[in-house]
Amino acid sequence: MSGLAVVSISKAFGEHAAVDGVAFDLAEREVLALLGPSGGGKSTLLNLIAGLEAPDAGDIRWDGQSLLGLPTHRRGFGLMFQDYALFPHKNVAANVGFGLRMQGKSRAEVEAGVARSLDLVGLAGFERRDVNTLSGGEQQRVALARALAPRPRLLMLDEPLGALDRALRERLLDELGAILRRLHQTAIYVTHDQEEAFALADRIIILRDGRVAQAGRPAEVYAAPANRFVAEFLGLKNVLPGVVQHEAGRATALTALGQVPVSNASLAAGAAVEVVLRPDGARLVDPGPMGASGPNGTGGLKLEGRIVDKSFRGNRNLAVLEAADVRLSFSFPAGQALPEVGEVLHLYLVPAAIHVMPSADGAARREAARG
Amino acid sequence: MDEHRPALSSDRHQGPAAGSNASRQSLVPMFFLVLPAAIFLALFYFYPMAAILQASFARAAGGAGAAVTAVLGSPAYLRIIGFTFYQATLSTAITLVIGLPGAYLLARYHFRGQGLLRALTAVPFVLPTLVVAAAFSALLGPRGWLNLALMAAFGLTAPPLSFVNSLGAILVAHVFYNTTIVLRLVGDFWSHLDPRLPAAARVLGASPLRTAWHITLPLLAPAIAAASLLVFIFDFTSFGVILALGGPTFATLETEVYRQTVFQFNLPVAAVLALVQLACTLALTVVYTRLSERVTVPQSLRAARETRRALRTWRQRLGAGLLVSVLALLLVAPLAALAARSLVLEPGQGGPSAYRFSLAFYQALSINPNNSIFYVPPLAAVANSLLIAAATVVLALALGLPTAWVLASRQGRERLTAGLDALLMLPLGTSAVTLGLGFIVALNRPPLDLRASPVLLPLAHTLVALPFVVRSLAPALRSIRPRLRQAAAVLGASPARVWREVDLPLVGRAVLVAATFAFTISLGEFGATAVIARPQNPTVPIAIYRFLSLPGALNYGQALALSTILMVVCTAGILAIERFRVADVGEF
Amino acid sequence: MKKLYGLLTLVALLASGCAPGAPAGPRTLTIMTHDAFAVSDSVVATFENANNVKLQFIKSGDAGAALGKAILAKGQPLADVFYGVDNTFLSRALDEGIYQPYHSPVLANIPDAYKLDPTDNALPVDWGDVCLNYDKAYFTQHGLAPPGSLEDLTRPDYKNLTVTENPATSSTGLAFLLATIGHFGDPGYLDYWRSLRANGVQVVDSWDTAYDTDFSGSAGHGQWPIVVSYGSSPPFEVIGAPQPLTDAPTAAVVSDGSCFRQIEFVGILKGTQNLDLAQKWVDFMLSPIFQADMPLQMYVFPVNSNAPLNPVFQKYMAIPAHPAVVSPADIAAHRDAWIEAWTNTVLH
Repeated sequence: MSGLAVVSISKAFGEHAAVDGVAFDLAEREVLALLGPSGGGKSTLLNLIAGLEAPDAGDIRWDGQSLLGLPTHRRGFGLMFQDYALFPHKNVAANVGFGLRMQGKSRAEVEAGVARSLDLVGLAGFERRDVNTLSGGEQQRVALARALAPRPRLLMLDEPLGALDRALRERLLDELGAILRRLHQTAIYVTHDQEEAFALADRIIILRDGRVAQAGRPAEVYAAPANRFVAEFLGLKNVLPGVVQHEAGRATALTALGQVPVSNASLAAGAAVEVVLRPDGARLVDPGPMGASGPNGTGGLKLEGRIVDKSFRGNRNLAVLEAADVRLSFSFPAGQALPEVGEVLHLYLVPAAIHVMPSADGAARREAARG
Repeated sequence: MDEHRPALSSDRHQGPAAGSNASRQSLVPMFFLVLPAAIFLALFYFYPMAAILQASFARAAGGAGAAVTAVLGSPAYLRIIGFTFYQATLSTAITLVIGLPGAYLLARYHFRGQGLLRALTAVPFVLPTLVVAAAFSALLGPRGWLNLALMAAFGLTAPPLSFVNSLGAILVAHVFYNTTIVLRLVGDFWSHLDPRLPAAARVLGASPLRTAWHITLPLLAPAIAAASLLVFIFDFTSFGVILALGGPTFATLETEVYRQTVFQFNLPVAAVLALVQLACTLALTVVYTRLSERVTVPQSLRAARETRRALRTWRQRLGAGLLVSVLALLLVAPLAALAARSLVLEPGQGGPSAYRFSLAFYQALSINPNNSIFYVPPLAAVANSLLIAAATVVLALALGLPTAWVLASRQGRERLTAGLDALLMLPLGTSAVTLGLGFIVALNRPPLDLRASPVLLPLAHTLVALPFVVRSLAPALRSIRPRLRQAAAVLGASPARVWREVDLPLVGRAVLVAATFAFTISLGEFGATAVIARPQNPTVPIAIYRFLSLPGALNYGQALALSTILMVVCTAGILAIERFRVADVGEF
Repeated sequence: MKKLYGLLTLVALLASGCAPGAPAGPRTLTIMTHDAFAVSDSVVATFENANNVKLQFIKSGDAGAALGKAILAKGQPLADVFYGVDNTFLSRALDEGIYQPYHSPVLANIPDAYKLDPTDNALPVDWGDVCLNYDKAYFTQHGLAPPGSLEDLTRPDYKNLTVTENPATSSTGLAFLLATIGHFGDPGYLDYWRSLRANGVQVVDSWDTAYDTDFSGSAGHGQWPIVVSYGSSPPFEVIGAPQPLTDAPTAAVVSDGSCFRQIEFVGILKGTQNLDLAQKWVDFMLSPIFQADMPLQMYVFPVNSNAPLNPVFQKYMAIPAHPAVVSPADIAAHRDAWIEAWTNTVLH
């Protein structure tokens, strides 16, 4: 198969397993996002693929051929570091042209390649500048230009936007996406920010403690997180424990807030589950009885709670409510008027905004105990 | 952020071999990198040392054991060992006290005449001990310039200052010789420190003193440790200074080895003392290695021209002026006194009625009054010295660069690198007399019959210069962010190219410092004088000694003149090396 | 990088060119000497032309160091001939057996007093006296009579005026110590040194320091007007003055028993491959041409009575009639004990 194949690789540092049995495929022209919290093994994985570290077990293949034992400088991959790692003793052109020089290109080709690369990142004319005097955004672009110039068959980006301010980050995120698409660049994008991952990736993999927690298309993963960890990491904070019940041919999950529909038929009665309530799936309704039947009896969840916190976030309003000893946060359009803190809010959640996941028993009990 | 979690693949885990993927492969290339230096040491150090030790103990009635117990059981020798440590410790401490502020000044600021000051402070390193004694005498002796000036100014009849043989004289001479080591090793490293780090501390509320103590000094620790070790070992094995400026009441291991070897021809005792000295050196090096492993942290090195600033406030100017004055007084004034004395004819018998400027001694240098076959015009002596110095620089760099690189990589090979480090330092801590005799005993069969070969001189100089080269480079190499090497590797640079494109330019400054050391060590003929059998082409220090060993004002004056020429050549050479720019080496 | 390689090649070429090898033409005779050896190139040329030989000299440090090297190289000698052992080291050289004997015919012209080795393994070449030197100007200025004997140095007038060398590290110092032993006897010499110490004698490590740095009568303008040096130093102050002098600025104390005569020897090293040439060279060293050349080159004096002496020496040099004498055998037997006793008396 053409592209990258990571086959069950593991790497431990001392006692700590940084990467544990990770496997995935990456087709050419695909952009894969590696998402996960800090310390989850993402950078280690990149280092393994780049050849900067050797795995303890498993294999890394490109186009079917194993890369183990092939030294870094012959892999033809690109790696853009979080702190850019620009060569302080070389100017912008020398930095960007480095990879081309290593490929043995002639001076004219190198110059042309540098110009092309700088143009691509919007820094045309920066050749002679001293890298130490550039701003953060400019350095990031030089680092990107440098990684792209030798046309690597795979480009890896390690939290490239981490050091930038929000406005810059958003702008560069768009530009980065555009560049990757324009070049049809096969890429792995490492980040802890799910917005970046969703914006750029064709597929995402969520890593936790060195293992794959979930893999799939961004929309799929967001709509159906596999477990509490993934859900919370993706920003889906409203997670409740529940128990599956079968009645009248329908499966529901009983939670502290009421019953919710369960679409997964494989869940047996009595199975412990986690129920995710998407923050953007709530609608204000008039007060009425709580329960599983919605206005049209189509399922969903009606609930009410006391507002304990409210904040304006520019493009939306966030409200945190407390209901049945559980704190939930929901977001509403910016223009929507909300009651004041301390007042009661009545909501209705459509079935699409409710997702039920199986839970590891121990995890559920622990969470329940924590409340 | 990922890179600060020690459990992950952070900087600490990755050495310059670009990660452990390369570690299994690079163990073999590392071996080859170290091989030249290892062969060099084996042939020209271990083999001769083993030979002379064996020959010495063969002469002992009762064998080596008897000699060892005789030495270690004698309170006189134990006192000698104690004094050796004592004077070396004192000297090193004072050298640091004077050298560190000087290093700070040269590292952090740029001012006019800085290059010249740096070059001049390295000149003492080059001078033979007798010339140093003559320099101090020219400055502080009864008819030295200072006394003359004071007597004229205050109308005194007797010279008020005297510079007598004493422990004080030893300490002053040691500081005179070795301050340049601190200035160069620490100063160079300091000039690369990121100035934002102390700035951050200041913002967080640390006074300048506390910033220096808590932030700057720890960051500088590897360079300070390296400099202290070298200075200490030099002071520990100091020979000429103890003899000439200390006098007969002082004895160190080195002088005792000399005495026992040359005068008593008591080789077994000399061998034991030499071994004790070696053991001490080894112990010191091990301590140093452990210490430096712990204190070295990867840092972002900044370009020197970035970190230096001009002297702006009057307080800065005053402080700088004070420091420069102290340095100049201690390090440059004796040199100037010597040069001045070489350029005047003094009143008195056989001289003019008053002090008069004269080039008589320089002119005499080019005359061979008795048509001696050993006469060499000063230009030829200088050429000889420069040729040998050039050979030493090339050899020391060629051997030292790859070795320093291996030493700077730490991954999983601590024992190997610590051992290598210690082995490299051994020649510095070895008695020159013993080693010289070792050459006689060992190198006596073709193709290694080099006992009387001129090649022996640069070889001997390289033995001494090699640890300096490695010491100058290793802290700098260790401090290169591994990330930069990784970036280069990912972009397609093979390990050799990573070295050429990343390591070398970033440590270019340190390479120049190392080259300067090798150059000055060779010019000053450390350890080789009077120990190596030489054919007819004398170098400048040999020629100077020849003049000083004969009576007569003309001979003495020629010695001073030739010393002045040596000082000028040394200064010019250092300035030339510092201006050396190849690609981006030295720019950083 | 290219520059480095170029330099390296250059050095390698030079080194190979300098390596000793067997030349195709005339033979080479190698002579190992101490550092103070010097000779005129015309004298060397005379020998080389007469014998179709190329002379190569190897400087090997001071006398003690050179002897040490010769001893350690005994199986494979560094040279054919070794010059530089003096009478304080003679017994050591003979006991170690580094020489082979040669009964040179020229020995007939050399007074017996110099022939300290009856086996002719080591043949005498030159002599020099170690004597006290004093700075005339100082004594004139202070209205003091210059010292006339060893005993004078212990008089209160001469307090703190003398600098001498440590016999443990200086052959000059050792020679002076031997002079006191020869003059006062053993253990009488220790009383002398005790008084000297009480009278403030300064001890330094070597002649260089004493004469160049500490002696007031030399160009170093030191503090001490009396120094242990050589009988030849005063005339060399005259010869070596930058401008012509009418009188010597210093003088030596040459009263009976106050000087010690150092004699230097040459010998053919055992194992030489050039015995015939080595013998010719030894003959040459003992003959008038070489002997007359020595004073101005090496500041020592010829043993050969037929060698003419430069008039300046006769004018400014006083030759002691009766220097102190200690036999080489005694020196070998007691040297360590004497030095130790001296050290305990004077330094501790």
